[in-house]
Amino acid sequence: MSAPTTLTPMSSATDLKVVRGGWPSLAGGGVLAAIVVFLAAAPWFVFSPGDVTNLVTLFALIILGTTWNLMAGYGGLVSIGQQAFIGAGGYGVIKLADVVGLPIPVAVLAAGVVCALLALPTSFLLFRLVGGYFAIGTWVVAEVFKLVTQELPGFGGGSGLSLTAFQGVDRVTRIATVYYLALVLAVAVVLATYLLMRSRVGLGLTAIRDDSVAAASLGVAVRRSQRLVYVAASGGAGLAGALIAVNGLRVSPGSMFSVQYTAFMIFIVVIGGLGTIEGPILGAVIFFALQQLLDAYGTWYLIALGAIAIAVVLLAPRGLWGLAARGRYEIFPLGHRVHPPRQ
Amino acid sequence: MDWINAVLQGFLLGGQYALLACGLSLIFGVMRIVNLAHGVLAVAAAYLALWLVQQTGMPSFLTIVVVVPVLAAVGYAIQRGLFNPALRHGELSPLLVSFGLAVIGANLLQEIFTADSRKISIGDLSTSAVDLGGLRLGVFSLITLVVAVAVIVGLQLYLSHTRIGRAMRATKDDPEAATLMGIDERHMYALATAIAIGTVALAGVFLGMSTQFSPTYGDLVLIFAFEAVIIGGLGSLWGTLLGGLVLGVAQTVGAQIDPAYGVLAGHLVFLVVLLLRPQGLLPKAVVA
Repeated sequence: MSAPTTLTPMSSATDLKVVRGGWPSLAGGGVLAAIVVFLAAAPWFVFSPGDVTNLVTLFALIILGTTWNLMAGYGGLVSIGQQAFIGAGGYGVIKLADVVGLPIPVAVLAAGVVCALLALPTSFLLFRLVGGYFAIGTWVVAEVFKLVTQELPGFGGGSGLSLTAFQGVDRVTRIATVYYLALVLAVAVVLATYLLMRSRVGLGLTAIRDDSVAAASLGVAVRRSQRLVYVAASGGAGLAGALIAVNGLRVSPGSMFSVQYTAFMIFIVVIGGLGTIEGPILGAVIFFALQQLLDAYGTWYLIALGAIAIAVVLLAPRGLWGLAARGRYEIFPLGHRVHPPRQ
Repeated sequence: MDWINAVLQGFLLGGQYALLACGLSLIFGVMRIVNLAHGVLAVAAAYLALWLVQQTGMPSFLTIVVVVPVLAAVGYAIQRGLFNPALRHGELSPLLVSFGLAVIGANLLQEIFTADSRKISIGDLSTSAVDLGGLRLGVFSLITLVVAVAVIVGLQLYLSHTRIGRAMRATKDDPEAATLMGIDERHMYALATAIAIGTVALAGVFLGMSTQFSPTYGDLVLIFAFEAVIIGGLGSLWGTLLGGLVLGVAQTVGAQIDPAYGVLAGHLVFLVVLLLRPQGLLPKAVVA
């Protein structure tokens, strides 16, 4: 994806070559870029409006998987309550578009920002819990969000809200607006995550993932980095929720704040490969394909998802991307590789 | 009078939460695993009891004799087959595995028993009450509270006075040293889970006798049990009892203000405890 960077080793006697990226990564990045270009052009000649609406779901899943992985895979924060921000984003975008009157793309972005802002005070409460207790704590917060949303005047109680800002817009324009918005946001979230991980903060996060105590002792601001990741990931969940809402045109507390979203995110990240940029994208595509194929089987489909997730955790803890790339190949190069001197 | 009544009913409700929560507390105390399948297992126990009553005509209370050992065996198998292998991959893995189990369990229950709400019949007992100067205390709720206290006292005595209980605490404190002393760590963990899931089963049957339940009810059970554990203080069984009571009172007093606010009031008390006293009300008062 990026030009190879070569570092000069400290000792010239060993003459090692330390490389990040290189042509295999560039080639992988090129393939991904080609897929994005194809997706951008495809609505004109390949897909039906129904397909286009379905693909918005895939892009939302990529955002959800990528941001959940940013928290769990890099920040060591396992949340099972991101539906708090999916729901807040969904309700937020409808209020921002219908009541405030923002154009839809601006309203979606603003909903993401609102969710990130909501996540900041929440983090000060939840960060008092660690590990699994943090996980359930996030769920309690999601339940509070749901119950409060149901009780707030003007939020439609248990039955929810419908988006009216699209009234008078013809169907093709509406679908195209949401599709391109979702595509741009999915690409932006993945690239932003990659750039974050390439930065100094990202290096600290990688250290936290491997050993948070050791990272702290080396001067990594563990709490601050985790808070940044939690806020960013919650903003991402808000964007995804906003996309889901403008795609489906209505929201209800039962669906937008459903813990099922967490099941989907965990499945996507675990199957794809925790702690890699590529894994959640692969996981989202696999999950989306399974969903399209097996959705008719209802509960059995979810039972199969649960069983596959358990099997992958126990048998292939690095996920399918880990199995395929064996830690040697990255489309989004983060690690450095040491090459012995040529004889 | 309404308020006194609300507080008293809250105590009784709290007995049920404490009973539901002590298994979660025990598994976390011994293995540092947060079992997200906790609620689903409680509901599964209720369904098993209901099925026994319907199929064999067994008296409702007698089902405990079957349900508790069966679920304890399931707990042993889950620990040996899934959690122990998952523990080798770090602390994230058991959490993910238990979440997978929760998803599988809830959907299996829905497939077998449909999404309809059910209740285990206990005849007159569900309506009989003790009159206490104008306050009516449900006999069944009183029994639940007594059972909760008995289970917690029993667990406490078991952990501190029996050979296996001591071995369990030794494993918790230092697994390697315990292994050197000839303790089979994997077996100890599995026994702890078996006991914990046994108490969950008991709690589940009591839950099924007192309220309408459905396959997704496990979500609420897990959240309430978790809140009781955190309010009371991690790693303390007495704390869990107190946490259950506080949560029960918060919910009934909240519901007294407005019936829609019961559950929300419980969540808010939980968040306030987290804010002001994150270590819980009775942290590590007694080893568990």
